[in-house]
Amino acid sequence: MEGIISLTLLVFLALLMPGVVNRTRAVMAGRRGVRFFQHLHNVGTLLQKGAVYSPSAGFIFRAAPAVCLGATFTALLLLPFGTHGALLSFNGDVVLFAYLLALGRAALILAAMETGSSFEGMGAAREALYGALAEPALLLTAGTLALVTGQTSFARIFASAGSLPPQMLIVMGLILYVAIKLIIVETGRIPVDDPRTHLELTMVHEVMVLDYCGADLALLHVAEWLKAAALATLAANAVASAFAFNPLTVLALALAQAAAIGVVESLQARNKLARNATYILTITALAFVVFMLAYVLQQNITIG
Amino acid sequence: MENFTILHNGSGPVALHSIPCTDYAPFHARVAGRLAAGCHCAHYFAIPGAGDTLIVFAVLLDDTAHTVLVSAASVDPETAVPSLTALYPAMHPFERDIAETTGLRYTDMPWDKPLRLAHDRADRTRTVDNYPFYSIEGEALHEVNVGPIHAGIIEPGAFRFICNGERVLHLEIALGYQHRGVEKLMTATGNRLRQAMLAEAIAGDSSVAHGRAFAAAIEQLGDAPASNAPALERTIALEMERVAMHLADTGALCGDIGYQLGQVACEALRTVTINTTQRWCGNRFGKGLVRPAGTWYPLTPEIVELIRHNMTDVKRRYGEVSANLHATPSVLARFEDCGRLDPAQAASIGAVGMAARASGLARDLRASHPADAYPELGHTPVTEEAGDVMARLNIRCREVAQSIDHILALLHEASDGGTAPPAPDLERPLMPSALAVGLAEGWRGEVCHVALTDATGRIAHYKIKDPSLHNWLALALAVRGEGISDFPICNKSFNLSYCGHDL
Repeated sequence: MEGIISLTLLVFLALLMPGVVNRTRAVMAGRRGVRFFQHLHNVGTLLQKGAVYSPSAGFIFRAAPAVCLGATFTALLLLPFGTHGALLSFNGDVVLFAYLLALGRAALILAAMETGSSFEGMGAAREALYGALAEPALLLTAGTLALVTGQTSFARIFASAGSLPPQMLIVMGLILYVAIKLIIVETGRIPVDDPRTHLELTMVHEVMVLDYCGADLALLHVAEWLKAAALATLAANAVASAFAFNPLTVLALALAQAAAIGVVESLQARNKLARNATYILTITALAFVVFMLAYVLQQNITIG
Repeated sequence: MENFTILHNGSGPVALHSIPCTDYAPFHARVAGRLAAGCHCAHYFAIPGAGDTLIVFAVLLDDTAHTVLVSAASVDPETAVPSLTALYPAMHPFERDIAETTGLRYTDMPWDKPLRLAHDRADRTRTVDNYPFYSIEGEALHEVNVGPIHAGIIEPGAFRFICNGERVLHLEIALGYQHRGVEKLMTATGNRLRQAMLAEAIAGDSSVAHGRAFAAAIEQLGDAPASNAPALERTIALEMERVAMHLADTGALCGDIGYQLGQVACEALRTVTINTTQRWCGNRFGKGLVRPAGTWYPLTPEIVELIRHNMTDVKRRYGEVSANLHATPSVLARFEDCGRLDPAQAASIGAVGMAARASGLARDLRASHPADAYPELGHTPVTEEAGDVMARLNIRCREVAQSIDHILALLHEASDGGTAPPAPDLERPLMPSALAVGLAEGWRGEVCHVALTDATGRIAHYKIKDPSLHNWLALALAVRGEGISDFPICNKSFNLSYCGHDL
């Protein structure tokens, strides 16, 4: 029952987040913006459409949207939402979480390669590079949580985080910062990628889904929302667990992350593509510093 | 400078028989000589002559002497002739056009390929399907083809990249997908109004500039009194077109790097500008404003006040946008040192307009061949040295301020009163067997129209050159060595016209 509530809240959050990002951007641009749930209408329209497949695309291309959505959805099952526990939980599920996200990415990369389009090959190469660079940051963050709590399952990590010494709030705050950056990388937002661009040559994620239409595209969009919600919830849980561990705080913190992404997207230009690798490595470096800081705080090592 | 007819901008038509017409060899030598002496080619084309011969005309501009040089040669199309491109790459598009439309062969043409694939081209076996794209062999290299159909609302054009990973080694741009036959349409009708409207449709974003070049050519051929030309209206319209397009391009550049703030601010300012034009003449792009020998839209006190108010506002607000762009590190990181066209390249390919000025080449007809109200404005070209995307953005920022200053100065003059210009004269007969050159510095660069009349005073040949014809090669050179993902901002920083090229 607890797990079902968590899952429902996660899906609810996933449906809200794109609306919050879009609305924040519209407000920052001085516009009214599209209606809040426009993204749901778009996906609804897509679901009613048929699909067209490239002659060079085989079963991987057709299977990828389902694999991607399935893998991301399974990752959601591992996450608690505030005090509501996870549907699935076992020691070491943090590693499964990271690799379910990687599985979704791998499926999409292979599908993009299969279309034989030169654009999509470039996009796949970029996505593979960014994925490989961002993965250590995710694992280090999970590792930090495991270190400070002594647990390796998300459900237990957050359940035991309430009893942490107050200085661990610093660590949790930094985890939140790393997580926002990870969401930007993982879901292809500015400054790493621009989900709104029509310029194929500059795309990363968008170009890989260029050959998809109809229901397939709808599944990929939903997978994207779920992924953003999963990462946002992870960070929100971490912070909330340190001071006010309840579902409402988690939800508020997760939506605040969506708003933060909207603000970044409004006030900053995209990176030059060649600089993205450095940008992502910096996140990994920061995740490592957070890990070391947590270690220092946990061991009560005093300096000087 | 023998064997050239020397004109000043707008100084009148030349009778065809008075243009020196020699054999090709001396023509080749003297054109090459003038190009070596620093002139640049405004137009170079061929028309059928007596019998089976061709007559080639070269229209050269001398920026220092403020003159227009015209010369011609009679060529036998059966004999291959030496090309000018081999000496001056800037002649490449013109000679490709001549070879394509007349079948004239060149002995030493460095890169012979179709230009526009017009329906009535000489060699119908050359098609889009067998376009001779350049290719490089190599295990590490790959080709990326973009277009001819693009995402977004842009016109067709094929871009073939040869890349090493993300780095562009070579870009080839193949245009000629539109087949509009504008030059033919200009001669198919004797209706001056229809011709004027056609001229405005050559490139929709430069309708005032093309309309102005057309009006200049027709007024010279019709020997219209200079006092009838609405100099103030035309200059203000041309500068407003420049302001509007520079604003649009600043916004589009911001859009391409995902910088929302700059994009939405510029879009709003552009709307103010083109809506002002609409209030003035009923069309946001200034269509209908420029007509031969007069205008239907004189500057009334209300219009003067409206333009003054809106342009003053745009100048202040754009100044803020420009300051913001220059103070945003993520924007500077994208634009600076990207898509560099160095001054030597710009000169050798004959770059014109704002792209040339961004590479330190002060080429500007408003200063070198001033007409309308420009002589009294004493226009000084804005130049930048870097030649990168940032330099082209800086040119836009500075030219918007300069253009609005020009507009405000001219409005001041207009509000002093004076006689309103007459309504356009669309019936005036044209001088028979003559040639006239119409020039205008549009926002993109120099626009050159050449009209030739037959013995009855009808327009027999109408040759159009949009500045894009020169500058497409500049884009291809600028992206060399850049990341392929930076191509869109390089492209946008030039913002060249597809339809201006595919006449």
